[in-house]
Amino acid sequence: MDGMNNVKNIIDIGALEDIAPLGARTVTTTFGDIAIFRTADDDVFALLDECPHKQGPLSQGIVHGTSVTCPLHNWVISLQSGEAQGLDVGCTPRFTVKVEAGRVLLSLP
Amino acid sequence: MNMTVSPRKKLIVIGNGMAGMRTVEEILLRAPGMFDITVFGAEPQPNYDRIMLSPLLAGEKSFEQIVLNSYEWYDANGIDLIAGEHVDWIDREHKTVRGAKGTQRSYDILLLATGSNPFTLPLPGVNRPGVMTFRSAADVEEMLGIAAPGKKAVVIGGGLLGLEAAHGLNLRGMEVSVVHLMPTLMERQLDASAAHLLEQKLSLRGMNIHTSANTECFLGEDADSSVNAVLLKDGTCIEADLVVMAVGIRPNAGLARAVGLACERGVVVDDYMRTSDPAIYAIGECVEHNKQCYGLVAPIWDMAKVAADHITGMAQTSFTPVTTGTRLKVSGIEMFSAGDFLGGQGAEDVVFRDAARGIYKRLVLRDEKLVGVVCFGDARDAGWYFQLLKDQKKLGTLRETMIFGQAPSLTDPAEAIACLPDGAEICGCNGVTKGTICTAIAEHGLKSVDDVRTRTKASASCGSCTNLVEGLLKLSIGTEFGAATVKSMCKCTIHGHDEVRRHIKDDSLKTIPAVMQALEWRTPNGCASCRPALNFYLLAAWPGDYVDDAQSRFVNERMHANIQKDGTYSVIPRMWGGTTTAGELRAIADVVDKFNIPTVKITGGQRVDMLGVRKEDLRAVWQDLNAAGLVSGHGYGKALRTVKTCVGSEWCRFGTQDSTSMGIALEKATWGSWHPHKVKLAVSGCPRNCAEATIKDFGVVATEAGWDLHIGGNGGIKVRATDLLCKVTTDADVMEYACAFLQLYRMEARYLERTAPWIERVGLKYVQEKIVDNSELRKSLCADFLYAQTFAQTDPWAEESACNTRGKKYDAMAELV
Repeated sequence: MDGMNNVKNIIDIGALEDIAPLGARTVTTTFGDIAIFRTADDDVFALLDECPHKQGPLSQGIVHGTSVTCPLHNWVISLQSGEAQGLDVGCTPRFTVKVEAGRVLLSLP
Repeated sequence: MNMTVSPRKKLIVIGNGMAGMRTVEEILLRAPGMFDITVFGAEPQPNYDRIMLSPLLAGEKSFEQIVLNSYEWYDANGIDLIAGEHVDWIDREHKTVRGAKGTQRSYDILLLATGSNPFTLPLPGVNRPGVMTFRSAADVEEMLGIAAPGKKAVVIGGGLLGLEAAHGLNLRGMEVSVVHLMPTLMERQLDASAAHLLEQKLSLRGMNIHTSANTECFLGEDADSSVNAVLLKDGTCIEADLVVMAVGIRPNAGLARAVGLACERGVVVDDYMRTSDPAIYAIGECVEHNKQCYGLVAPIWDMAKVAADHITGMAQTSFTPVTTGTRLKVSGIEMFSAGDFLGGQGAEDVVFRDAARGIYKRLVLRDEKLVGVVCFGDARDAGWYFQLLKDQKKLGTLRETMIFGQAPSLTDPAEAIACLPDGAEICGCNGVTKGTICTAIAEHGLKSVDDVRTRTKASASCGSCTNLVEGLLKLSIGTEFGAATVKSMCKCTIHGHDEVRRHIKDDSLKTIPAVMQALEWRTPNGCASCRPALNFYLLAAWPGDYVDDAQSRFVNERMHANIQKDGTYSVIPRMWGGTTTAGELRAIADVVDKFNIPTVKITGGQRVDMLGVRKEDLRAVWQDLNAAGLVSGHGYGKALRTVKTCVGSEWCRFGTQDSTSMGIALEKATWGSWHPHKVKLAVSGCPRNCAEATIKDFGVVATEAGWDLHIGGNGGIKVRATDLLCKVTTDADVMEYACAFLQLYRMEARYLERTAPWIERVGLKYVQEKIVDNSELRKSLCADFLYAQTFAQTDPWAEESACNTRGKKYDAMAELV
């Protein structure tokens, strides 16, 4: 499900301002909900909105640096790789997303 | 490859557990740089505290918190750690060892610290998935993979380890049964009376205890499928999604035996911890010394010292086993036993029971000396009894009063610590005395608990003596302690909570970035631990001034509802003093129907909880509730939660005051206030206390003469009854004291510290001095609280429903289906 390859669709999902800095929003897709994160530096990242631990909604976690802490059991997930940090093991599928002219563009496989 | 020839001798340690690494630490302490050290560990992690597996299972600790030696420690000490590879051969002639993955190393001195293996019952079905032992972090992980609320666990073995496992699984919400072969639980540590109390206490927590129970087999659907039940010899069948065997350990001496070292049950060692091969030492649970094997940590630490003395050649010490005491690490159950607690012929018993408080103490005396002790329900004096037991002095006049504890008149913990003799043991795990700690503090200028830990090992294992160590620091260095010592808030900063709060006020820091800049945060924007704390501290320090940062709020406080495990939310409207009306109930019923809310539940705080509300529906649900006059109950926040009341003198034939009206008035005054943690109030109309005010943060109990005010109660994992703050006569007094108390707590407690541990930390006397003795301060605290309330008392539900920008977060950004 990793969307880094075989990109077919690039979709404008809204304005960068629609996401609070250090916040996240979700996008409903046929793959399930995808969480779009915005860091303090206005980078955006997209992960499936499910923690690899107990499927907690990562979009509801606290964003810090380029990580998010899951609201259910405090797993820390890297926004860049989707990998659980520290001693926890697990990985959340990631999707390609970028910002152009203030618009957030999500690529779906 | 390094071509320089190392002049250093080569030490190989087989086993990366507590015993092995403690010996390495002792060696480094005596002769740093004497050896090139290589450590083989079968487990893939760094060395962790096996004693803390129970709190790990219970969710009270994370794995990181129980790591004893981090990878950095191995690096810093030049130790080559080969983790995840067990050693399968020792060539004693050529002095080499070989790992299972082919790693080969030579040694001058070899140390075996291979520990023990859990004993597995050889019964039919023992290999089914779901049947496991409780010995390693991997075991805990496997259990947690199965554990879930409502699922069923059976623990075989009602000894120390089994009950700790049962407790952990119980806290994870599982239905737990304990199957124990003997007629009473923990028969190696408890006499029948104490075991009976323990059984009662565990049953009250919902565990099913089967004693004198013999396991027949483990059942499943078919031959290879997971376990689904445990069948006992008497025909009883207990359903099980998970079976944990904790029926004992046996020394892991397989490798030693295979290479021809002398072995009995364990690897045989002499008083110097040497095996039958003079180049090979052994230590810990794998050894047998004088026909005795060891499983508790204290004697093993002694072994580590002796082994280090001989391996480095620094001293000629011998291992002599000392009496050890046992504590059960089950939160809320105090238990201690040591020595010959069963007594018998020629022994004399002194017994104390307090049925109402569930306390049982038994001291066993022989020749006027203390030889055994069992404490259940109250183990405060355990350390003192243990000292008397080890001293083996004639008791004399102590005999008359000792059952009541060391000093029945000393209620102040600081004084009690001051009264301990220098020889008194503070840390039972590591055998560290008060004298050793105080000397270390003085000689090395130690300032913090961490300093003491590094220098003396006190409180470095199970940590239950941390309070005593803190007390000794206070005693030794006085006020310097509070300032220089406290633990940092999190890894983002070197500063402790109190220091950060002081800076916020003194340096007029008014935003999170300003705090992080001024106090040199190490991370760009903090973490999920420090940001919510900073947000609260700023909110409390600058009412009306600070703009709340939603992104630094935990999800529940950002969404104004309580997140559930499936990502839906629960919604609890406020019911003032637990009262409601037909109109409110009708509105709730309509909301439940309209939004298909699956579960409606009455909470412990006398309110209605609607569970399973979808994030997208939250704002509409609130709008409908608001229309009926219902507002947010803050059941999701570190905030004022409920004010529980009884019906009081309005209806009750025993009521002495109108507790309901008092409760409503208190809730109207205090709702909306943010706190370091959740805060619960209650008002009872007479001393029968039907509102359970004595386990609340602030409890009010009516008397004929007025009101008793209680503080610092808690009904959670660790039950704590309140302390009486004072008695007052008028309703206005109740209000003033309540607001002043809440303000003091908001301004001084650390984030996530409930009133109970806060009061235990600062002392009741401290709070009384500020709230009761100093009326001027009380009035000003009360005024500060009411001022802050003018900004806090807005219903977040109404605000969020009305605001379109804030409302965005409840909806998807885009829908692509």
